[in-house]
Amino acid sequence: MSSTNRFAYFPGCSADSTGISFTKSAEFVCKRIGIELVEIPDWCCCGTSAALVTDKNLAVALPARSLALAEKMDADLDVATGCAGCFNSLKSARHFAKQSEDNRAYVEDLIDMPYSASNDVFSFLEIMHRPENQELIKNNMVTTLHGLKVASYYGCALVRPSKVCEFDDTEDPRSMDELIELVGGEAIDWGYKVECCGGSHNISDPKAAKKLTERIYEDAMINGAEAIAVACPLCFLNLDMREKELNAIREAEGKSLFNIPTYYFTELLGMTMGGSFKELGIDKHFWPAEDIAKQALSARTQSDDTAEAKEVAK
Amino acid sequence: MSVVNDTQAAASTGTETFEPKILAFACHWCTYSGADLAGLNRMSYPANVRVLRVPCSGRVNPQYILTALNKGVDGVLVCGCHPGDCHYVSGNYYAKRRLMAFRRMLQYTGLEPERFQVRWISGSEAGKFRDTVTSVVEQVRELGPYKPDPALAALIDSSVDASNPVLPEGGEA
Amino acid sequence: MSRVGVFVCHCGSNIAGTVDVEHVAEEAAKLPNVAYATTNKYMCSDPGQQAVREAIIEHNLDRIVIASCSPRMHEATFRKMLAGTDINPYMLEIANVREQCSWVHKDKDVGTPKAIDLVKMAVAKVNYDAPLTTTTIPVNKRALIIGGGIAGMQAALDIADAGYPVTIVEKESSLGGRMVMLDKTFPTMDCSACICTPKMTDVGAHPNITIKTLAEVESVGGYIGNFEVTVREKAKYVDYDTCTGCSLCETKCPSKVDSEFDQGLAKRRAIYRPFAQAVPAKPTIDAKNCRKLIDGKCGVCEKVCPVGSIKFDDEDKVTTEVYGAIIVAIGYQLIDWTKIYGEYGGGRFKDVISGLQFERLVNASGPTEGHILRPSDNTEPKTVVIVKCVGSRDPEKAKSYCSRACCMYAAKHAHQYLDKVKDARCYIFYMDIRTPGKGYDEFYMNTQHDGARYIRGRVSKIINQNGKLICKGEDTLLGSQVTVEADMVVLETAMVPADEANQIGSMLGITRDKDLWLSEAHPKLRPVETNSGGIYLAGTCQGPKDIPDSVAQASAAAMKVAILFSKDELESNAMIANSNKNLCNGCGACVAICPYGAITLEEITARENSVMVTREISKVNPGLCQGCGACTVACRPGAMDLRGFTDEQIMREVAALCQW
Repeated sequence: MSSTNRFAYFPGCSADSTGISFTKSAEFVCKRIGIELVEIPDWCCCGTSAALVTDKNLAVALPARSLALAEKMDADLDVATGCAGCFNSLKSARHFAKQSEDNRAYVEDLIDMPYSASNDVFSFLEIMHRPENQELIKNNMVTTLHGLKVASYYGCALVRPSKVCEFDDTEDPRSMDELIELVGGEAIDWGYKVECCGGSHNISDPKAAKKLTERIYEDAMINGAEAIAVACPLCFLNLDMREKELNAIREAEGKSLFNIPTYYFTELLGMTMGGSFKELGIDKHFWPAEDIAKQALSARTQSDDTAEAKEVAK
Repeated sequence: MSVVNDTQAAASTGTETFEPKILAFACHWCTYSGADLAGLNRMSYPANVRVLRVPCSGRVNPQYILTALNKGVDGVLVCGCHPGDCHYVSGNYYAKRRLMAFRRMLQYTGLEPERFQVRWISGSEAGKFRDTVTSVVEQVRELGPYKPDPALAALIDSSVDASNPVLPEGGEA
Repeated sequence: MSRVGVFVCHCGSNIAGTVDVEHVAEEAAKLPNVAYATTNKYMCSDPGQQAVREAIIEHNLDRIVIASCSPRMHEATFRKMLAGTDINPYMLEIANVREQCSWVHKDKDVGTPKAIDLVKMAVAKVNYDAPLTTTTIPVNKRALIIGGGIAGMQAALDIADAGYPVTIVEKESSLGGRMVMLDKTFPTMDCSACICTPKMTDVGAHPNITIKTLAEVESVGGYIGNFEVTVREKAKYVDYDTCTGCSLCETKCPSKVDSEFDQGLAKRRAIYRPFAQAVPAKPTIDAKNCRKLIDGKCGVCEKVCPVGSIKFDDEDKVTTEVYGAIIVAIGYQLIDWTKIYGEYGGGRFKDVISGLQFERLVNASGPTEGHILRPSDNTEPKTVVIVKCVGSRDPEKAKSYCSRACCMYAAKHAHQYLDKVKDARCYIFYMDIRTPGKGYDEFYMNTQHDGARYIRGRVSKIINQNGKLICKGEDTLLGSQVTVEADMVVLETAMVPADEANQIGSMLGITRDKDLWLSEAHPKLRPVETNSGGIYLAGTCQGPKDIPDSVAQASAAAMKVAILFSKDELESNAMIANSNKNLCNGCGACVAICPYGAITLEEITARENSVMVTREISKVNPGLCQGCGACTVACRPGAMDLRGFTDEQIMREVAALCQW
């Protein structure tokens, strides 16, 4: 396992599309703090939940293939990925192969490639949370978030199941909160860090999905969040894209409206390192995110412009 | 005298099936009392087994088993307390580890696995003692007499004797 | 050339019925070294034993074989008989021709040759029997008790009342342990302090009991009857000989810290007694928080003390004494749920409290004088959720076992809450209800009648919203999700071994189970003994239990000590391991394998091959060795042997059998 800041990079399908802001901001931060990402040649779909419900072998074979390719490219490199879904798929495949020699041989047989399962898989969050990288982030900061109140949302795939992910507390993860505080934000205490965002239900039962998403915003609002930070393109999509729809429903029900932009944690880190909104992809959100980001970066004496205050103003 | 002659006569007629000799090491606290209980309950099992009492299955040295097999026993059974129930805390765990490794080695040399078995039998399991003894006797009877490889036997004999010198009393620390 | 006597028992018709005993004796007489062989109707009877005694003299026998019932039956009888003759009691072998021959074979043709074989084996072995002697170990009739909770105190009082001196080593500054922190005790609801503090006073006043507080055991050497124990009593900074316990110092001390006794719900001073009824009723200075001891400023207590008892230069006191027996009663602690249960807020929500905190909250002498108030804002909670099995029965996150007492004290907490707060609602999330005990289930039923609502399921998440604790869970009986908006949540957390359990266990040679509870010698038949002779267990250090069970076990342990102390000397086991120093190469394999810590390596200097050499060899402690023989097989040079079951004897038995 390498301890250097060089990784085989698995971008995943969202990297150039819905997750473009994550890709841009993560690559920006990596460049600044000297994390080198070497894209895995000919990587393929990680399989995600679709493969899992189709065929168990497929769910192992797809991610294992990319891992084997990474190994072939450079056996010394651990694999890095941004998307929590990709992370979970890759890590699960490796976990399966690591469990026994029989399993590993089975995987090799499936993908028809040698695979030693020696190299580990890490998410951007875990990599940037490493103490040495926190130090580098601190050294590269040009400004701070000036106490921006951020609710860190981890979603379902980053920390669970604990035996596979081997990262942070499954019920009360702290790593993203710590990074937010590192760059001068205020990580608020709230209750929906790891609750389901309803993402998968949006096609089959959109009504149920909305309810699940809504409660996340609601708890963030109650606890005074000005922004939500995420570490996964799927979480991002489901929060950022749905906020407008949710507000429309709430308006009809006579409920107060949300005005909480969602950021990738890498965007928040990148902002404090002097990255422009364009460089970081902050201009590409569904829910406008530039205003609050601007406010956060300009030194505020009193953070009286809380979410609720703005709510009323609206 | 007549009894011995009768059995010998019966064996020599050839109509009688082969009667194996089984040596059973039994720990004092569990299996030996299980065997006693079998007697107390007037159970009946083949007379082919001779029980050798040891304080604990952890006392059974693999050398005893080698010697027994090379000197004419057809099968060896080692019995002790169930895992976790050892009177001496952990003796049966030692026995298990030693004897399982030893058993695989014996199998490697060509010994049929049925000829050397390890079983856990508690003081209350008279029935299990009877059944175990009966099944071991049947299995070994099926295999026929044990014929040790003479060269191997000689080798083992010399190594056993060399590592187990008979010492005069009084050499105590 | 030995002279063996073989005696074959008829046991009426028990043996003679299916074994031709006369023939067995005839065959035995032909065996090498057998000087005499005979039969007897009943060997174990007085005439039978007399016949043996006479034969020994008449035939000049030096060892005997008795072919009779199981050695488990009469080996001791015949040893005792030999003790009255010139022959050493261990020059005896029993051939088991009843339980393992005549009773299991119905045919004389089958039983007789087998009996002959069994006699052959016994004769082969008896030829290599050696006279064995036991040694006696003196018993120091002083008991050491580690831990001054209810179990330690009960054991101390019982032993002291039996007339033997007892020393209690308590790590805190007062006796009482966990019990004295409790408010009431189920199912009778008598006040815990009212039944616990009189015991503390009794212990403090008992002429046979010495109390060492703020003390810990540093090392233990020796063995049953002769433990050499070093105890460190930490500096108290107060001279207990002159202190009157007026507590003036406590009122003036300016330094305030969280009270351990009140579970962080109240403050105490740096010079303090943990609670008013502490025994000894004298304060100690907490050096970590005393301004004088930290930076030399202050010293108010010294100024106000009317008798000049404050000693800022006090030092730890280390003493080594000899004890005959040790009782371990180090108790339990509650699992630190804050590190494990992020879903319950991981300790960030002030109003999510542990059961022990609730005990202090409901206690009349506690921080709120018995008013149940939320720690966050001192308001009365109108809805309380009690969550059971937090850390217990949860193998994924914490412990797989049931903590036994929680079902009952959860019912007690609900009862107390509903009793004290009017119009209150109390929900108890449970997995199963376990109430075995006198009056226990009735108590649980009463709590339900009080209005406590039991919901079968676990709480999956607690969310803090607008000062309410939203508890989400499942009602598995209804098969639906439930959400309770609570004002306060009480977590009934798992009992886990005390921090010291592992260290004390390894110091005393007590095995620990997978969860580090100290293991008893046998789960059914030796529940208070350990595998180390002279060391006993009392109370929750052996496993979770409630107060009645702890007290019962403590008295049982005390009885075991009293039995030990009723003798002046102990007889050691004769059939123990023995190392041949000429063969031992000091590898230490035996030391590692011995479950009793009976073998040590010691350095010897001796002349070997005309050279003086100094090297290590193994030595068996006859007081500790139990004679299992595990070391003998581990010994590579063949130096270790077991008396009574020597390698030579067993090999001779095997050889005898092979002639069959």
